[in-house]
Amino acid sequence: MKQRWSRWGLTAGALAISAAAFAQTPQTPPTPEMISFACAGCHGTNGGSAGLLMPSLASQSKVSIVDAMKKFQSGERASSIMGRLAKGFTETDFEAMGEFFSKQKFHATNQKLDKALVKKGAALQEANCSRCHLDDGKDGKDDTPVMASQWLPYLQIQMDMYLSGERKMPEKMAEKVKPLSKAELEALLHFYASVK
Amino acid sequence: MTLDRRNFIKLLGGASGLAIAGQAAAQAKAGSAAVSAGSAAEIMPKGSARRVIVIGGGYGGTIAAKYLRMLDKSIEVVLIERNKEFVSCPFSNFYIAGLMPDMKALTIKYDKLTANHGIKVLHAEVTAIDAAAKMVVTSQGRLAYDRLIVSPGIDFMTDGIEGYDAKTPEIFPHAWKAGPQSALLRKQLQAMKDGGTVVIGVPLMPFRCPPGPYERACLISSYLKKHKPKSKLIMLDANPDVVSKKGLFTKAWNSYYKDIFQYVGGQVTKVDTKARIVVADNFDEYEVAVANVIPPQRAGNIAVVAGLTDDKKRWCPVDAISFESTILKDIHVLGDATLLPSDGGAMPKSGYSANSQAKVCAINIVALMNDKPTTELSAINACYSAVSETESVSVSHVFKLVNGKIKITATAVSPIDFSLGKIEKAYGESWLKNVLTEMST
Ligand SMILES: Cc1cc2nc3c(=O)[nH]c(=O)nc-3n(C[C@H](O)[C@H](O)[C@H](O)COP(=O)(O)OP(=O)(O)OC[C@H]3O[C@@H](n4cnc5c(N)ncnc54)[C@H](O)[C@@H]3O)c2cc1C
Ligand code: HEC
Ligand code: HEC
Repeated sequence: MKQRWSRWGLTAGALAISAAAFAQTPQTPPTPEMISFACAGCHGTNGGSAGLLMPSLASQSKVSIVDAMKKFQSGERASSIMGRLAKGFTETDFEAMGEFFSKQKFHATNQKLDKALVKKGAALQEANCSRCHLDDGKDGKDDTPVMASQWLPYLQIQMDMYLSGERKMPEKMAEKVKPLSKAELEALLHFYASVK
Repeated sequence: MTLDRRNFIKLLGGASGLAIAGQAAAQAKAGSAAVSAGSAAEIMPKGSARRVIVIGGGYGGTIAAKYLRMLDKSIEVVLIERNKEFVSCPFSNFYIAGLMPDMKALTIKYDKLTANHGIKVLHAEVTAIDAAAKMVVTSQGRLAYDRLIVSPGIDFMTDGIEGYDAKTPEIFPHAWKAGPQSALLRKQLQAMKDGGTVVIGVPLMPFRCPPGPYERACLISSYLKKHKPKSKLIMLDANPDVVSKKGLFTKAWNSYYKDIFQYVGGQVTKVDTKARIVVADNFDEYEVAVANVIPPQRAGNIAVVAGLTDDKKRWCPVDAISFESTILKDIHVLGDATLLPSDGGAMPKSGYSANSQAKVCAINIVALMNDKPTTELSAINACYSAVSETESVSVSHVFKLVNGKIKITATAVSPIDFSLGKIEKAYGESWLKNVLTEMST
């Protein structure tokens, strides 16, 4: 085929079609994918995080995502950046995020953990946490987030924030957490981080 | 969204002037490549599958390629990138300031994009685009496409700097593309004697990564303070004021680097690499030990060569739907190279923006190729910048489409007291890990 190089090929014909694209069919409002893909720069593709401090969102329940986003937006849940981001979205957007991430496959991580602590945590979780953090933390009751396979440093930061009062603990969770020692809590976080 | 008659005519007028500009630029920049292009043999002939070609395996291109395949496996995707590996600009300032042993944590490969998503990766230089024939010409031959995505990043406009030629960056590195340039700047900083003057020249906006120069100023100041405390760092800023996170950076300069760092208004107008002199438009002349002159920027050369840039031959106007060029049909542009219709503040030219735009583009290219309605844009930008070795700050934006234009629905920066500095340093590292993992797996 004889080549007609772009500069010469670029005639009114090409432009007319391009301009016609402006008068396009109406667009649909942002879908769950449109809204949620943008989160992956920080939370990983489909909400599976590879970064030690960013939580995975994959397989979190819709209620737990929506609840977290609302609390970030109102400031009820302390955050570094999520509160600022949440202010740019509506409740409909939060529903869309919940819709999207709840459908993503559980993201298992491989972390270097202290085996003894994992074992100790496994023994403690049943009596203390399993009422809400269901199925070894792979599931959660109502607005309880998935904890299984979350990166240990993320869980540690969140627990520290709970203990310092910076993040408000659910009352019923506080009843279980308060009597435990720092070492026991550390063991519990190791356990949840280890679950695949 | 409609285009009224007057705008349409303006568009036509603008574009035909541009077509000629494109041709001139092609001849000037690509030289013989543009001529030999026509005779290039076709490689990877297109089968029955629809094909999207992506030019540029950086922050925008890798993500567009990957999300296209995630959304529609029936579309063949060919990613064309000149380099075998990609080195990230984000965090390269840490490397330059000696805070990373090497660039390994900044470097990604492309093999897993092929293994996991079936993206065909071609390592070649794209020399021309024939929009009419829907062909891309590369150093290896030409390839046909149904739609084309161009995410070439930036190139430099050095005409306004007297004495600046092709060899200047080898002596006065810009380090505004990561890789050998970052290594050179680092080497020069480490080799310089205590007591020398370092100059950073910041170009007029818009340029890639608005907070980037100021982050660099913090980290180099920190390096000098520790290792060469008698030295000075002077920032010549062509902008009337600090263009990003002003409060936060100013605070860092005043509280940490007072004895080292000086912020001066002024645009670099002349360089003399032999005499090692940098001259600014405020008539100041600096004798430099190290000069990091960051020239003004425009879309990557290939976008200019292809006639995708506006009448100033600078950025590529695109729509806010699928980032399709308003000049050439079926060609979409992403990342630093774009000029987007925006209402209020524009999307900053950042890696996060490029990543977020690429997903919007992929969603809507898939819709267009399957005759489905497109979806309104929703996008994010976030950027962590270091203010010291141990503290970072961030800026974030959320963008929505309002009346066909991109509008910021929320933007904010970190608290001014640096109370989140240490944790955001760590969050920034996690961001880098996630974004580079996203681009390479
Ligand atoms: C010092 C510095 C710090 C930064 N820090 C941050 C940060 O912390 N966060 C952030 O979000 N952003 C940051 N940025 C900005 C970020 O690097 C860019 O915005 C981003 O890379 C833009 O993506 P892109 O796809 O447009 O271009 P790029 O990522 O540059 O990708 C372009 C690719 O196209 C290839 N290419 C170009 N032309 C051709 C051709 N003709 N043929 C074949 N291949 C070609 C190039 O080799 C390159 O791989 C920083 C930038 C700098 C300089
Ligand atoms: C700039 C990086 C960044 C972006 C972008 C981002 N997040 Fe986050 N996200 C974080 C950080 C950091 C945390 C921890 C809380 C904090 O400090 O802000 C977090 C926490 C969360 C949590 C709490 C998880 C849990 O287990 O309790 C949810 C839910 C969440 N983000 C949802 C989202 C959604 C949805 C988006 C996209 C609309 C998004 N994030 C975009 C950085 C980010
Ligand atoms: C009564 C129910 C309940 C019990 C019991 C409970 N939790 Fe929770 N947990 C929750 C809910 C709900 C949240 C999210 C609430 C919020 O902060 O918004 C949560 C959040 C967390 C988080 C933060 C996770 C994240 O992704 O941010 C950690 C860590 C945690 N719980 C640990 C524990 C541990 C350890 C135990 C046992 C000692 C425990 N919880 C017991 C309900 C419970």
